[in-house]
Amino acid sequence: MVKRMSNCTSCNCKSSKNLPEDLVKIFEKYTKKRENVIPLLQDVQEKYGYLSKENLISISEYLNVPTSNVYGVATFYNQFRLVPLGKHLIRVCRGTACHVKGSDKILDKIESELNIKAGETTSDELFSLETVACVGACSIAPVITVDEEFYGRLQQKDITALIDKYRKSD
Amino acid sequence: METLNRVDQKVNININGDDVSVSKGTTILDASKKAGIKIPTLCHLKDCTPTGACRMCIVEVEGARNLVASCTNPVAEGMKIQTHSNRVIDARKTILELMIANHPMECLKCDRNGFCDLQDLAEEYGITEVPYQGRKRHNPIDLSSPSIIRDADKCILCGKCVKVCEQVQSVNAIEFTKRGFESVVAPSFNCVLGESNCINCGQCIMVCPTGALTEKGAIGDVRAALKDPTKIVIAQPAPAIRVTIGEAMGMEAGAISTGKLVTSLKKLGFNQVFDTDFAADLTIMEEGSELVHRITNNGVLPMMTSCSPGWIKFVEHFYPSLIPNLSTCKSPHQMMGAVIKSYWAKKAGVDPKNIYVVSIMPCTAKKFEAQRPELENDGLRDVDAVLTTRELTKLLKTSGINFKNLEDSEFDSPLGMASGAGDIFGASGGVMEAALRSAYFLITGEELENIDFTGVRGLDGVKEATVNVKGLDVKIAVASSLGQARKLMDKVVSGEAEYHFIEIMTCAGGCIAGGGQPLNTDLERVKARLQSTYAIDAKKELRKSHKNTEVQKLYEEFLGKPLGEVSHKLLHTHYHEREMK
Repeated sequence: MVKRMSNCTSCNCKSSKNLPEDLVKIFEKYTKKRENVIPLLQDVQEKYGYLSKENLISISEYLNVPTSNVYGVATFYNQFRLVPLGKHLIRVCRGTACHVKGSDKILDKIESELNIKAGETTSDELFSLETVACVGACSIAPVITVDEEFYGRLQQKDITALIDKYRKSD
Repeated sequence: METLNRVDQKVNININGDDVSVSKGTTILDASKKAGIKIPTLCHLKDCTPTGACRMCIVEVEGARNLVASCTNPVAEGMKIQTHSNRVIDARKTILELMIANHPMECLKCDRNGFCDLQDLAEEYGITEVPYQGRKRHNPIDLSSPSIIRDADKCILCGKCVKVCEQVQSVNAIEFTKRGFESVVAPSFNCVLGESNCINCGQCIMVCPTGALTEKGAIGDVRAALKDPTKIVIAQPAPAIRVTIGEAMGMEAGAISTGKLVTSLKKLGFNQVFDTDFAADLTIMEEGSELVHRITNNGVLPMMTSCSPGWIKFVEHFYPSLIPNLSTCKSPHQMMGAVIKSYWAKKAGVDPKNIYVVSIMPCTAKKFEAQRPELENDGLRDVDAVLTTRELTKLLKTSGINFKNLEDSEFDSPLGMASGAGDIFGASGGVMEAALRSAYFLITGEELENIDFTGVRGLDGVKEATVNVKGLDVKIAVASSLGQARKLMDKVVSGEAEYHFIEIMTCAGGCIAGGGQPLNTDLERVKARLQSTYAIDAKKELRKSHKNTEVQKLYEEFLGKPLGEVSHKLLHTHYHEREMK
């Protein structure tokens, strides 16, 4: 079945798609202009935690901007996620102070422990891993955050136990 | 008056020591071109938004701190420009070295060997070594499309394919995705080209400066068939081939080489050489009758032509509600294949299973079309292989055929006779004009005296006319390029414009500028091919499809009448809605 919206103006298609109410509420805030691609992507991601294929297509149809353009923008910016986040979000600070204190080694260790790369989510959807530019806690470098918790002055040997703590809590 | 003054405003500049006067708003690149100086560029595409992506066109402007991209910077009064100073040359060399550092360097086995802008510039700038060592990309080659191969590792991210797909064709099948080193031009959602809304027009291949986008070749299959003694291999060249193959084989642009083309195909070993132009006449009989039937029976109007397979897929993706407006006629080469494997096979006393039909087309979308599941009869494909003009050129070169010096020969009979109406199918407006010449007869039973419908000729994006047929005003429109077609379709859908008959060709200018044509196709060459196309028609005695005696004989002996039962089975088809991605 071909899914399209009733207000699609780029083609003469019939309505066959009922949008979720949450999405309609977000769309209502924006005029159908090309410059609203990024704000819409941000709002939809905030609501759903990530940008699903269906929602990207809906955004493209609402704004009458080709899907390839919307997808191009969504994959260009690091802030956008095209897969859902894991239950726990690990952020590794790659700022200058942390870098000097060996944050690359911390990242390596977490990547091998979770068997994913930065920007990915584990297959059990328990952990997502990201790098960030600075978390503003340079005095305790190298730093990572897990959800809202900060962990500073880390060494590679601390990582397994730290991750196990979150594994066991679930 | 202010507007007029602005148009005439001139700017005086100095390029490489010479004073030049150009219109205000001209870019440095265009101004230099006007002054006879060639600035290298890999990303510039005429009539599309300049992006300054490749940086090859940088020049030195006196007083400016940095080198500037000449494609994006307009001239200013008193500007002093150096296009080939030592500083500029050094910078261009570095840019090339950086591009090449991340290039697969497979030139010897690349489809574009000898036809690559990057290769040409590497030669021009004397690149003999690559001083930079870095990561190389390893993207899989996308072989999913029946028409186009995408090798992202050879891509230099110039963006020309993205621009032509978006700004000329309004298809938007591909876009820059991801970022930085990971950047890749691709369809949405990591989908492969064969499953995207790509309509296979091949205009991306025409603008690609490297071997990142190439056609899905069929030379191997065709050579295997030619070697197979059990196969009867039959060639049929499209109308636009006879005005381009000579050019591709070293003759002047637009050289009419119909006779040499036939001889060359015979020399390659084809058992029969029939003319797709014959099938164009046949198409007119069916499509013209279909139009008359729709007009006189309150059928769905406007009727829209169905010869251009890129356009068909475009409607299936973007305007599915207009599918009933498409003529049900198969495109000419598909009709020809179906007729060869039925009528001709019977006449020649051969088993159609042993027939291998090769279409020589100016088009990559024809490769996709030939593979559409519905285009077959009794389990036999209408057409077995499609070669583009470029592939035929390669085949002729490999076979050592000295094309320029060939004698002329005639197409084989009985599927080789064509009217001038069939001959003009390769130009935008040609199908319309051919149809009008016969529709008049089909409606009134009288012959039209003045058959030159000059209003639908030429390279304009959209052409409109009203033709009076015995009191009935037949409103027609012709568009070429899908960007122009989209504008026209939006008007049709909204009811803003009403027509009886619309001709659409996927590529701007028609098949003479198709995506399977020689890679150096430019406006001047297209104009020459256009002129030759109408010259072929003008020189012919036979200029109306319904007067083609071989077509008449085909109806008498086999098909019965247009839109009849046999026609319906062999010459007509159907379409289906496709998902938009």
